[in-house]
Amino acid sequence: MDDDMMTVFRQEATDLIESLERGLLDLADQPEDRDLVNAVFRDLHTIKGSGAMFGFTDMAAFVHVFESAFDLLRSGQAAVTPEIIRLSLSARDEIIGFLGGQPDPEGRREAILAALGAAVAGVGGAASAPAAPAEVALVPVGGQRLHFRLLGNALALGARPDLLLNELRELGATDIRADLSQVPALDALDPEICTIGWSMCLPAGTSRDAIDGIFLFNEADIRLDPIEAEAPAAPVVVAEARPVSVPVPTAKKPVEDAPVTADRGGATMRVAAERLDHLMDRVGELVIADARLLQLAQQSRDPALMAAAEEISRLAAGLRDTTMRIRMVPVRSMIGRFRRLIHGLSETVAKPVNFVVRGEDTELDKTVIEQLADPIVHMLRNSMDHGLETPAERQAAGKPAEGQVTLEAEYSGAEVVIRIGDDGRGLNRDRIRAKAVANGVISADALLTDAAMNALILEPGFSTAEAITELSGRGVGMDVVKKTIEGLRGSIEVDSVEGRGTTFTLRLPLTLAIIEGLLVEVAGERFSIPLAAVQEIVELPPDKLEADGGADFLDVRDRLVPLVRLRRMFGSQGEPDAYQTVVIVRAGDTRAGAVVDRIIGTNQIVIKQMSRLHAGVRAFSGATILGDGTVALILDVPHLAGVGQGVDDRTRGAAA
Amino acid sequence: MTRTVLAVDDSPSIRCMVAMTLREAGYQVIEATDGQEGLEKALSHPIDAIITDQNMPNLDGLGFIRKYREHPSSKGKPIIFLSTDSADSLKQQARDAGALGWMVKPFTQAQLLAVIKKVLG
Repeated sequence: MDDDMMTVFRQEATDLIESLERGLLDLADQPEDRDLVNAVFRDLHTIKGSGAMFGFTDMAAFVHVFESAFDLLRSGQAAVTPEIIRLSLSARDEIIGFLGGQPDPEGRREAILAALGAAVAGVGGAASAPAAPAEVALVPVGGQRLHFRLLGNALALGARPDLLLNELRELGATDIRADLSQVPALDALDPEICTIGWSMCLPAGTSRDAIDGIFLFNEADIRLDPIEAEAPAAPVVVAEARPVSVPVPTAKKPVEDAPVTADRGGATMRVAAERLDHLMDRVGELVIADARLLQLAQQSRDPALMAAAEEISRLAAGLRDTTMRIRMVPVRSMIGRFRRLIHGLSETVAKPVNFVVRGEDTELDKTVIEQLADPIVHMLRNSMDHGLETPAERQAAGKPAEGQVTLEAEYSGAEVVIRIGDDGRGLNRDRIRAKAVANGVISADALLTDAAMNALILEPGFSTAEAITELSGRGVGMDVVKKTIEGLRGSIEVDSVEGRGTTFTLRLPLTLAIIEGLLVEVAGERFSIPLAAVQEIVELPPDKLEADGGADFLDVRDRLVPLVRLRRMFGSQGEPDAYQTVVIVRAGDTRAGAVVDRIIGTNQIVIKQMSRLHAGVRAFSGATILGDGTVALILDVPHLAGVGQGVDDRTRGAAA
Repeated sequence: MTRTVLAVDDSPSIRCMVAMTLREAGYQVIEATDGQEGLEKALSHPIDAIITDQNMPNLDGLGFIRKYREHPSSKGKPIIFLSTDSADSLKQQARDAGALGWMVKPFTQAQLLAVIKKVLG
């Protein structure tokens, strides 16, 4: 076997082990589900088969026993219990150990199998090891004459008498004769049935196994007659060596016809992420060059050139979408390890929990998913360790003993929102305040809203856990989580109701590279607004041309939207045009209306990060290069919404 | 003349091993990931032999063989049935379904070639 095959095997084994884990955890929730048992059985079966092929014979033997247990579950002779799931998960971990070549000096594996066997009613020990190498029995026979005749539908099944004769010749067959006695007249001849028989001399010492080996795949009527007096004892007559098969026309539905669990085996290819990044960069450059071409073509007013430019534009957009789609990975891909984590933690801290996942199919850029896993693990640990109360405490508080931890993902405009929540005790604001004062994060007399108080736990060096427990509090705080999320151009919010639970809301950009933008003009400068955040565009009514003191709102179908006058925000000179336009954008739950001079149109934004010198600029999230080579700044929508919110707060303050 | 073998297995590693072994030995190999795909490919490609696994999603090996054998074009095409189970009853089922031979996993590349040579020459 060469390395490539080994790589394929390892990849396959990894997938199967993941699928196995998923199946077991699903089974823990739905122990009655026969399809899940079948799926687990099939995974085990494939692992065993492939493992044995690739030299992992110990593993195959191990999985064989493991599989035997599930065979009993499959046939309904035993029922799935939590104990079986727990042992199966341990056994699944051992498979990884086998693959990694880890030794097992303590005999843990045996113990797991024994326990599993006992759990499934004493089966584990009884199961036998997989196919032992066939023993080659050399039974010599004397010089003999072999007669054979193929049976039934052998030719239709693809049997080849010519090849059989070749093999027999290699065995030393001589004096081969065809027996045509049973060949019928031509009009009665069925060409699909072999009516010819053969006979031949085989040398003394030809083993019966060698002959059987040749006829291994052929149902044949075989007869061996000793030749002359050489035969030592009584004539060895072996007729009807193999049972005659009666072809049964079966339309029966196969037993193994289990439902599809995952589209494993589809043609996939692994590519270094770096290459995808390079591809994305190139596509970005192409998109910029394309914008330029389109602009030049429009200026030329040459219809042929314009048609060609539009064609290229269409192709570039397609290429961009395809490239981005290559990089998208469903949230599902990281759910498996979370479920396992929760399952394990639930046992460690003795808090029964129901882990609910919604929106697993939501897709995010690969880079985002990869960097998101650790923060989410941290938040889930927090929920399990600090968030949820013990069953006794819960019952005392009138809640069900089983806690709930949820992970939800959904699309929201140009973002993906991920919520991680629990229905536990919620944040203790008094303790947070005490800690913050002790750490010098806030002064003792600081007045903070609940939201601001909650946000304190995202500050460095902040942990309200009294003791460092086994689970969390290992020095990685929520501040690291916050940093990671912000590094992905995302945001994190904390909501908590005391006694009711805590929810972390993460907002993440769908992609990091190229987005659709709405190009607008403000005082002669051009800016781009991410199109996905744009809800609608309305004319600014003439009576709203000037901000009237505190309440700068626009009534959009009975909903008030705070206005953000970009001219004022940017300190632009000159008088605005009489016809202003309001672009209504949404960031999460907040909306704002950005007042601009003019809408230019949509464009592709290839996001270029601003230099470190501009790190403090909050109003813009980046810059992009336009078709004519000039630079446009990209408005940061959450910031816009925040400014709008400020307007809102001010007016409320004024009204109070 | 190059002979074409259809390899049907949901395990990429086994498919890969079968395909590489046979290709190195000069056979052409078509791959299918389950019985349903195997059936479609067996009926739409000029093939000389089939190697199929038993345990597969959608349509298992026995089901695949039975359905394939309903078509006249399957006549004379040898099918090798793969399984991890060496029980005679399963072999008999495979035989009844229309397989010519079988191989018990694990098998080596040499064994695979020997079997293919046995049925295709």
